[in-house]
Amino acid sequence: MTAFVALDGVSHAYGGAVGGTLAVEGLSIAVEEGEFAAVVGPSGCGKSTLMKLATGLQFPFKGSVQVAGEAVSKPVKIAGMAFQAPTLLPWRTTLENLLLPLEIVQPHRRQMRSKRNEYVARAKNLLTSVGLRDQGEKFPWELSGGMQQRTSLCRALIHEPQLLMLDEPFGALDAFTREELWCVIRDLHAARKITVILVTHDLREAVFLADRVFVMSARPGRIVAERRIELPRPRDLEVTFTQGFQDIVHELRAHIVKARQ
Amino acid sequence: MTRTALLIRLSPWLFTIGLLVVWEATVHLFKIPTFLLPPPTAVAQAFVDYAGPLARNAWITLETTLIGFGLAVGFGLLLGLLVGWSRAIYAGLYPLMIGFNAIPKVALVPILVLWFGIGFIPAVLTAFLISFFPIVVNVATGLATIEPEMEDVLKALGASKLDIMRKVGIPRTLPYFFGSLKVAITLAFVGSVISESVASNYGIGNLMLQAQAQFQVPLIFAGLVVLAIEGIVMYVAMAILEQRMTGWAQRSGFAQN
Repeated sequence: MTAFVALDGVSHAYGGAVGGTLAVEGLSIAVEEGEFAAVVGPSGCGKSTLMKLATGLQFPFKGSVQVAGEAVSKPVKIAGMAFQAPTLLPWRTTLENLLLPLEIVQPHRRQMRSKRNEYVARAKNLLTSVGLRDQGEKFPWELSGGMQQRTSLCRALIHEPQLLMLDEPFGALDAFTREELWCVIRDLHAARKITVILVTHDLREAVFLADRVFVMSARPGRIVAERRIELPRPRDLEVTFTQGFQDIVHELRAHIVKARQ
Repeated sequence: MTRTALLIRLSPWLFTIGLLVVWEATVHLFKIPTFLLPPPTAVAQAFVDYAGPLARNAWITLETTLIGFGLAVGFGLLLGLLVGWSRAIYAGLYPLMIGFNAIPKVALVPILVLWFGIGFIPAVLTAFLISFFPIVVNVATGLATIEPEMEDVLKALGASKLDIMRKVGIPRTLPYFFGSLKVAITLAFVGSVISESVASNYGIGNLMLQAQAQFQVPLIFAGLVVLAIEGIVMYVAMAILEQRMTGWAQRSGFAQN
């Protein structure tokens, strides 16, 4: 039985395999089902490429990518994605933004008319679960940055994906909002038992949230270190101030410093 | 209403009236002959004297312009979507469009006359040819500036290119599209009047040419005023349409009240 998300010896280049820029080379990573994995690394190390490879938006010229036991040959529909920018559509209300994936992905797309009420209820539940109750009728620009990012998370989850891919989702937020959203993600992961891959450059974020942290090298990226985080769950924000937590962050930082050289 | 608010409200009228007063005074003060620059009162008199022909030809020019503009909207929208759809089509058509746009449209009127004879059709076509370009460019720009992350989110869900176009591309293009209509309608008037002056027996363009031949200078100016009024009315109509259709894109001060 292979891992839920398995990249094996993957190399990917932009602008063609020969003569193009190598984004990742010999990248191998295995994430178990229900696991929370964080990928950290210096900027420009190909973290976002990893996201694209695992969701079937890009295909490697070498190596294999498997998700849920199947080789990835087209976009992985069991995945939800959220990015640093919330990328909400300004002409749709928060609720309508949440419904967008359901208008695209099957089988929901077919059932959009008949099950609309059910889907709206689902979207409202999701909004409530991230503390955005009654914000559904507002337009994205009427929400704060943190609220927009919560909406973006909800949109990534609305079609009940088995895999959640997060690409620096809290990068643009202030420190307090960021910590608030860590807890939102933590609780979503605990409640839904989904597999999460979080790409970030915030080591505290990675250690607080993840079961395992992977460190990537500078471009072309590959995994240079892997660290299991044994901190007991559920984790409280207080844990980030303990010595044990700091030690892990320190240790990871040393890896990054080495990776940058 | 405060004093300043009232002043701002009245300001357009005050400036217009001010311009007319200065114009009238200048003409009388320097004894400028009417056949060089008629005073506003003479222009107003021409409006009364030639109300019939002015109204008839104003209507023809408006009709010509609107048909040409309508064609430009349809064609410009289609071509814009096509150009925005595929990089290959974009690369292929871009130099052609730039080249075509560089040609002064008045230079095309003789060819149009050769093909269609003088009159209505060349005027409609000139209005069309001169006004579709900004629509194409704006629609294509709207499509070209879709956030790549948004595209990724949808593609990962298995969205086809057509899905992305329908759900994101076209809605986000609308503000660009409606914005371009304001430019296009103004250009359409330029096109139809040019063609009417050169090759037609109808329309304000032709009326002004005939008035010039007969030295009825106040009537020429009356023609100009008619064109200005039509231009303003259509521009405002497009601006209102823009507000109505894409209020979400003009949220400063619009969404709040």
